[in-house]
Amino acid sequence: MTQRILVSIACGLLFGIGLVVSDMVNPARVLAFLDVTGAWDPSLAFVMGGALIPSSIAYAISRQRSKPVFEAQFHVPKNRMIDRPLVAGAVLFGLGWGLVGLCPGPAIASLVTGRWEAVLFVAAMLAGMFAYRIVSSRQSAAAQAH
Amino acid sequence: MSDLSFVWPLSGGLLIGLSAALYLLLNGRIAGISGLAASAIGWTGGGINPLGLGFLAGILGGAAVAFAYMEQAAFTITASPVLLVLGGLLVGFGTRLGSGCTSGHGVCGLARLSPRSLAATATFMIVAAVTVYITRHVMGAA
Repeated sequence: MTQRILVSIACGLLFGIGLVVSDMVNPARVLAFLDVTGAWDPSLAFVMGGALIPSSIAYAISRQRSKPVFEAQFHVPKNRMIDRPLVAGAVLFGLGWGLVGLCPGPAIASLVTGRWEAVLFVAAMLAGMFAYRIVSSRQSAAAQAH
Repeated sequence: MSDLSFVWPLSGGLLIGLSAALYLLLNGRIAGISGLAASAIGWTGGGINPLGLGFLAGILGGAAVAFAYMEQAAFTITASPVLLVLGGLLVGFGTRLGSGCTSGHGVCGLARLSPRSLAATATFMIVAAVTVYITRHVMGAA
């Protein structure tokens, strides 16, 4: 377990540095990237493009391996069904992302700026996650009762 | 956009992708921040996940170092308090309902050619762009 926690911390460090280096952490940049009909700033396309290079290679390697280095097996989702919760969730997320310019990773990283806007956004994001937890546990309880 | 303005986004993207690559090959899991954040506080079932906590701590540490040493590091946010709360609620609820965000669906899901992640990424990108179009160009409030 210690090894896996150290891997998590190291991967988080790379991720956090990457968010700041790429300027993905900056809501003004994200909104300029999303503003395709205005003064469009395409630079964040390079963030996604750059990120897909190592991750695609890693997924190709993982298919050749029976298990990861520090874990008994790969825990990669096998569900391939495009269902209503997936699309509805993506719509709600896209709406929130477009309103503020922060998605979960950059939101957490932005806390280190100490800005109240970052703290307020993350608090609301956690409240939204908690609301989902309440709703989904009620739904599964209702499903079991039937 | 100057001629070399792609260098920083590309470098940052490579670091994010390297993080996702190592997390998969070493820990065997998807580096999706919305799921890791929920699991870190025990909201995915199975109690508090130390891997989620470790990843979040790493993000904070990495961002703190980068903000301290990068002169051009910036954080410009203009949303009002009402929009911050509304946006945060939507991002939190939506990413849990939709099983992922920009990292889990965008970076990891597209890399493994998951049809769910492709659908989710296309959906949240289009909705976010339309939202910006409406708030900036229709309502005129930037």
